[in-house]
Amino acid sequence: MANKFVQFNNVSFRYDEEAPYALKNVSFSVFEGEWLAIVGHNGSGKSTLAKLMNGLLFPEEGDVYINHLKLSEELVWDIRDQVGMVFQNPDNQFVGTTVQDDVAFGLENHGIPRDEMVERVHEALRHVNMVDFLDQEPHHLSGGQKQRVAIASVLALRPKIIILDEATSMLDPRGRNEVLEVVRELKNKENLTIISITHDLDEAAKADRIIVMNKGQVYREGLPEDIFMMDDELTKLGLDIPFTTKLVKSLRENGYDIPKDILQEEKLVDYIWKLKQNI
Amino acid sequence: MMEKMIFGRYIPVESVIHRMDPRAKLIIVFLFIFVVFLANNPMTYGLLGVFTFIALLLSNIKISFIIKGLRFLFWLILFTFLLHIFFTKEGELLVSWGFIKIYEGGLIQGIYISLRFFFLILFTSLLTLTTTPIEITDGLESLLNPLKKLKFPVHELALMLSIALRFIPTLMDETEKIMKAQQARGVDFSEGSLTTRAKAIIPLLIPLFINAFKRADELATAMEARGYRGGEGRTKYRLLKWDLRDTLALLILIALSVTLILLRN
Repeated sequence: MANKFVQFNNVSFRYDEEAPYALKNVSFSVFEGEWLAIVGHNGSGKSTLAKLMNGLLFPEEGDVYINHLKLSEELVWDIRDQVGMVFQNPDNQFVGTTVQDDVAFGLENHGIPRDEMVERVHEALRHVNMVDFLDQEPHHLSGGQKQRVAIASVLALRPKIIILDEATSMLDPRGRNEVLEVVRELKNKENLTIISITHDLDEAAKADRIIVMNKGQVYREGLPEDIFMMDDELTKLGLDIPFTTKLVKSLRENGYDIPKDILQEEKLVDYIWKLKQNI
Repeated sequence: MMEKMIFGRYIPVESVIHRMDPRAKLIIVFLFIFVVFLANNPMTYGLLGVFTFIALLLSNIKISFIIKGLRFLFWLILFTFLLHIFFTKEGELLVSWGFIKIYEGGLIQGIYISLRFFFLILFTSLLTLTTTPIEITDGLESLLNPLKKLKFPVHELALMLSIALRFIPTLMDETEKIMKAQQARGVDFSEGSLTTRAKAIIPLLIPLFINAFKRADELATAMEARGYRGGEGRTKYRLLKWDLRDTLALLILIALSVTLILLRN
């Protein structure tokens, strides 16, 4: 079994003494090098989960372990070094006045010498194809470009795990694909662990594993193909199923027997192609 | 209107002045404010004018562009000029027309004060025209650094300044968006008496404030997630480099002020 990189043991959390629990008895693990998608409708506790993973919040009950370090006041900065986060709004996480300043911001915080900083800033921006934008100001960039800079500034810190907290939800379809492509390439190249928190089940379909959250609890956990099998249930939870799944469903209703592991468009095209040949 | 105004805007071209250290520029502009007051006769004003225009030429920005951009400030200059002409009653009486009396002293004083204003505006606008906001912030931080010993929060001030500068265009965009959204719902920003107009601003200001709070919250979270824990133990990405030309520029300014003092009467 792969190394458990993130581990939640019966974690409960609420924002206020009187408030209802945002998370109740949540337990799950994330393995090293996997792409995990956490899905759920608004208020299901997804973002709270993300903030618990790098100590922006602390659990009320239960323990959170990141790379075998227990989340606590003393270790919080060591944990943050290993966890990079990309947030939803591309504008509100851009600290620097220009692209390179923004990428350097995290490095400055870690007291990294200037020469190394320059090198790492360039390297990180090369990874996300933004080297030509070194001196651009944020208001001249598109949303997708800003998110790529946000990824670069996380990368420059060389984290072991990157959390995408609805990082693509404010982007147009092209920006979304761009950002996800970049993350996927990086994951393969650098052996990163990715946790993507999202509404978008198309995005989740590409993950290695999915956790469905509902009302602050883990509702279901499994491979994408298993999760999408429960399509009606998902719709009831307020989640929309991906287009390919919908298509497969209506093909099945029309008498075509399509294997359950077909989730991506390409695979479905291949399958239909072969189906035709057999006739 | 915003497009034409160049007050406080940065013009990215290549020039000696662009390449200068922001600290040197800040010091020089600060000193120039005092140097301007040294001039008090045609000779000294002439010298000051030559100095200002050489500086403008060195900045490699079209002078006509600068003058056009500062047009609205010239109304202010004209206003002070007229005030001096009409209200300074010194020297020989030049014109007497009804209740309007123009004296020689008033005319000269008016010209001098306007020139002073003119040079000051041109020269100080050079700072923002040739220096990026972030450079100005860096320069200020470095110049204020000695104040750290007096427990003055220099790093915090500089960080606040640079974040404020970075958010100006973002907030401008947002203001425009909210304004249009409210106009679409029937809010009229441009008509009515002063009070109705002031009231029309409320549906603009409140969302803007609330969004600013939200932004601040998210920004703080993002900063913390990237390991920001205060000014202690931080390194700096931007490097300020004091060159020979910076020392030279300072020396020229000192030479100018000495000459001005000598030529004063």
